[in-house]
Amino acid sequence: MTVKASVTAETQEEKKELWRWEEARWTNPNIDWRKGDIISAGIDVGSVSTQCVIMVDGELYAYGNLRSGSGSEDSAWRGANRALEGTEMTVDDWDYCVGTGYGRVLIPMSRRAITEIACHGRGANWMYGSSIRTILDMGGQDCKVIRIDEKGKILNFAMNDKCAAGAGRGMEVFADFVGIGITDVGNRSFDIDEEPKPVSSTCVIFAKSEASGLLREGWDVNMVLAAYSSATAHRVVELMELVGLEQQLAITGGIAKNRGVSERIEKEIGMKFSAKSWHNPEYVKQNVPFDTQIAGAAGAAVFAKALAEKEKGK
Amino acid sequence: MITVGIDIGGKDVKVVLLNDGKVIARTKAVGGFEQGKVAEDLLEKAAKTADVSREEIERVGVTGSGKKYGPPHDVDITEIGAAVKGAAFLIPSARTVIDSGAEDSRGIKVENGAAKDFATNDKCAAGAGAFCESMARALELTLEEFGKISLTSGKPVPINAQCAVFAESEVVSLINSKTPKEDIAKAVNDALAERVVAMVKRVGVEKDVVVVGGLARNVGYLDALKRGFKTDVLVPEYPEYVGALGAALAATGQ
Repeated sequence: MTVKASVTAETQEEKKELWRWEEARWTNPNIDWRKGDIISAGIDVGSVSTQCVIMVDGELYAYGNLRSGSGSEDSAWRGANRALEGTEMTVDDWDYCVGTGYGRVLIPMSRRAITEIACHGRGANWMYGSSIRTILDMGGQDCKVIRIDEKGKILNFAMNDKCAAGAGRGMEVFADFVGIGITDVGNRSFDIDEEPKPVSSTCVIFAKSEASGLLREGWDVNMVLAAYSSATAHRVVELMELVGLEQQLAITGGIAKNRGVSERIEKEIGMKFSAKSWHNPEYVKQNVPFDTQIAGAAGAAVFAKALAEKEKGK
Repeated sequence: MITVGIDIGGKDVKVVLLNDGKVIARTKAVGGFEQGKVAEDLLEKAAKTADVSREEIERVGVTGSGKKYGPPHDVDITEIGAAVKGAAFLIPSARTVIDSGAEDSRGIKVENGAAKDFATNDKCAAGAGAFCESMARALELTLEEFGKISLTSGKPVPINAQCAVFAESEVVSLINSKTPKEDIAKAVNDALAERVVAMVKRVGVEKDVVVVGGLARNVGYLDALKRGFKTDVLVPEYPEYVGALGAALAATGQ
């Protein structure tokens, strides 16, 4: 048994981290934060990823997006430091910080915790504009469908946080299993001759077994990715139908970057998601990199700004 | 008459050679991507162990989720049928058979040696061996060690995740926060057993309760089942081979 264990450890070391997605950070070079009136920050500590968004008078100043660490406190610090990198700003310069996400109550620099549902509503409204009425947030360990009004206020929502099917972590596990880098899954799943039937297993563990059966039968790995992506899409559509869909639709979270899933969802519901780009034309002009994963933290930063204004008596 | 039973499960392939109601060889290996070839090799190995030639094996029975990948056979039996046949052969007093495999978990009500009713976890791995297997791996323990160590826990920690994929992440966080291994193991076994108990209760629990399948090697799981059912559970000596034994028995045509 000991011999077996060491062999496993070796193969794991050699194996590439196929589940790893690209971390990101960005600073707005056109803003001098020292001249700003209100500096607000939002930190979203999720089970798989952590984001920090910093705004100066409501304008996007910096953000960081990285993989969560072992504890929420540590993840929050790493997220904040990633966003602060090269800015000469410290968390002490923040007027107000709102924490959100799975680890929201454990974020040391936050003064208030707000649910990720509320923050995603507000964040999507800020990122995609006030015409958004339905948000699909595909997070690491949950999947949420949120209906909002023109101000980004929550009207209704449904959530699956019990099962990895339809969540980012499930996709990571599957990508790792078939040996394809997670960021390649979307494109590869369309590099096929004919759309296969979706895998029939809901559970990620069972889907892996089903996939190995398909590979054994000689299926191309891209076909297997297509079959898994459409099963994931179908699972998410069921959740979307629970809440009901009203246009415009926006998609946020990590899987929003996987067109293998998002385009299959669009096909199944017969509606399109809003373009994954800033509503604010200035940001488009300035080429600010758009990141679907920062919606929750952005919403938290928007809340933080309002709270800071209230505090300052504005 | 010599027959062979081949059980191609979600993880392992098991082979049992049976001669006039007596097991003369048992072999098993991980199925992987070549379950068919693994089954052939195991059959070869079993025949060699028992010192019989392939020609002496009169009939072949197959079962398991991957049975379609198995070698040519005379009899094909469902996993439920095989589990009941094997369990009732070894423990004739069995009235409830719990088959806890790597990917499937079943509660089967037995009457006169045959399945009367059953419940299964066909949608989700939360009640199957895969659930604790990945946790045992995260703790760097074998399934047997994982079971034993869990019995020494005084203070189990709650595992919130139901999904096997999420629970593994949760266990990794617990390991990182220096939670003792035995407490994690107990929490995992309790969570697993809780789901299986709820499932088996749907078909009704009647004594004797017999647990078969690879997960029956996990004494922590068995202990949690006992507490859940408030009754003792019986385990045959080679629980993971019961399905293969059932297939070998079915191959005799009885």
